Amino acid sequence: MSTRDAENTRPKLAVFKFASCDGCQLSVLNLEDDLLALGQALDIAYFPEASSHMNPGPYDLALVEGSITTEEDAHRIRSVREQVKVLITIGACATAGGIQALRNWADLESFKQAVYPSPQYIQSLQTSTPISEHVPVDFELWGCPIDKGQLLRVITDLLAGVRPHLQAESVCLECKRRGNVCVMVAKGLACLGPVTRAGCGAICPGMGRDCYGCFGPSEGARKGPGVPPNTASLASCFHNELQLIPVDVMRRFRGINGYTSSFKEESARWDKKT
Amino acid sequence: MAVAGKIDVLSRSDLQRFFDILGSKGYRIVGPSVRDGSVMWETIQFVSDLPSGWRDHQEPGRYRLEQTGSRDIFGVVHGPQSLKPFAFAPREPLLQIERCKEGFTARPTLPQQRKVAVIGARACDLAGLAIQDQVFLQSEYHDPYYATRREGLFIIAVNCTRALQTCFCASMDTGPRAKNGFDLVLTEVDDQLLVEAGSEAGADLLSDLALSPASQKVISEAAACVDACAQSQIRRVDRTGLPQALYDAHEHPRWDDVAARCLACANCTMVCPTCFCHKVEEIPDLSRQNAEHARLWDSCFTQEHGYIHGKNLRPTITDRYRMWMTHKFASWIDQFGTSGCVGCGRCITWCPVGIDLTEELSSLLASSSRSHA
Repeated sequence: MSTRDAENTRPKLAVFKFASCDGCQLSVLNLEDDLLALGQALDIAYFPEASSHMNPGPYDLALVEGSITTEEDAHRIRSVREQVKVLITIGACATAGGIQALRNWADLESFKQAVYPSPQYIQSLQTSTPISEHVPVDFELWGCPIDKGQLLRVITDLLAGVRPHLQAESVCLECKRRGNVCVMVAKGLACLGPVTRAGCGAICPGMGRDCYGCFGPSEGARKGPGVPPNTASLASCFHNELQLIPVDVMRRFRGINGYTSSFKEESARWDKKT
Repeated sequence: MAVAGKIDVLSRSDLQRFFDILGSKGYRIVGPSVRDGSVMWETIQFVSDLPSGWRDHQEPGRYRLEQTGSRDIFGVVHGPQSLKPFAFAPREPLLQIERCKEGFTARPTLPQQRKVAVIGARACDLAGLAIQDQVFLQSEYHDPYYATRREGLFIIAVNCTRALQTCFCASMDTGPRAKNGFDLVLTEVDDQLLVEAGSEAGADLLSDLALSPASQKVISEAAACVDACAQSQIRRVDRTGLPQALYDAHEHPRWDDVAARCLACANCTMVCPTCFCHKVEEIPDLSRQNAEHARLWDSCFTQEHGYIHGKNLRPTITDRYRMWMTHKFASWIDQFGTSGCVGCGRCITWCPVGIDLTEELSSLLASSSRSHA
């Protein structure tokens, strides 16, 4: 088989970027040894962050980073969707709107006036929204950034023709399996781990700090299975036992995944109390 | 059971000598070590690695260490870990699967047997291990992975002379005195360690040390301290009527009350010395030629644990909490002939929102008996 034939039989991968910091794309590049295997398994056809050699669509698989924050991007994601068979969002921005979704509770005009000398040139939407609010998404990867092991796992499953499946349990299970001491119980830190989806490997509690929920709600997130995590009980505990004032409780939930249901609703409850 | 009931005095220098002997016999020595605000099992070499002078204070949802300046080596009762991780590994690779012409081959990846000497196990930990032995070794599904790790364990237990607020082993008949399941047992009293063998292997090691016998006065004093520890426990479980009383409480409104607080985060089951639930995962590589088949600690509090084809048997937190507690205190008895709870109190301390199962159980049983009266 010639090289050209092999090129043609491998599924074509494209990586697109919207409003984001590029950290999740870097997680792809950080696959190191596995990146070579990935390059053998897939034809990396379009990945501007990695190569200026960009092949046109259609593509078999697309990884989409970033949220939708401009009118232009809202159009672009629709054209991306038309060119790809399987669309996977990578990271908190694409999956949940990201940290920039904090604007959804604020006045965009006042931000523009405060930051830019000529705000009239800024073309931006009032909201930052996840990809799934604009086009159908086949699979969502959570995290800020994503876990490269999870990314590899999902791609491996797709290549094998298996429906990808990732755990939706709490970070606490990863902490305990790893032998971390609970930072909430032993240090009184307001850790979001009990209501946050596992997958990161509990890296923050492993370094003695509290989880800030970058993998989103543990189960029942948006369309996922199960019941929404019991954020109300955890929030009450932050307030009553750990002495967080309502605005701080609100800010715990209104973070990187603050625009996701259950975190969004919990922050709204505490917003009213501030 | 103590071998011939011989009780010796073990000085600190004797203890170091004992560590050296264990080391020379190929044992990795593991003991409680202060880390990140608690004690965790860590590999140690010296007596000075043990948490001398530290004490733990535990209450629902809260754990704090305090340095008292005392010379006690075993002032900390326990951390989040029981003996569970030593035999039932948090993640255990089971099979290495490789694609071949005929289909695939699956090679078992049994752990290498390593000799591990654990110092500082408590009576509740021993009771938990005995229950896990029953689950993994004595049932018809004998588990070779667990067995390999278990065979390498040498256990040096410590009798408790101080009860935590969260302890209730006395009411579960599992402590605070270690009765069996250890190789050696220590009792720390008045700056002295008393040592007694519980197995042939323990007795052999003791004879190597050639210690002097403890006086009857110190032995009585130590026994009194352990008895006082039992008396001082403020939590207890009344097991009258179990298991049926809990089955009768199946529709009790209290389940919904506790579910309103429960995070379904699974911490209680992770720290429980007896919880044995696990799941398996496949980790294929990109070439699709190899896959690892591994076992991980799982919990009845996760959404997926209750999932069978087409249906989730335990969709709500109420279902999950009821499942867990009913198993611990009722169906465990039907299944294995013992309670599934050993009274260590870890699930109370390490619950982030401080749910106290002794309180939940007594509420469930008290009003259910009233309603049936």
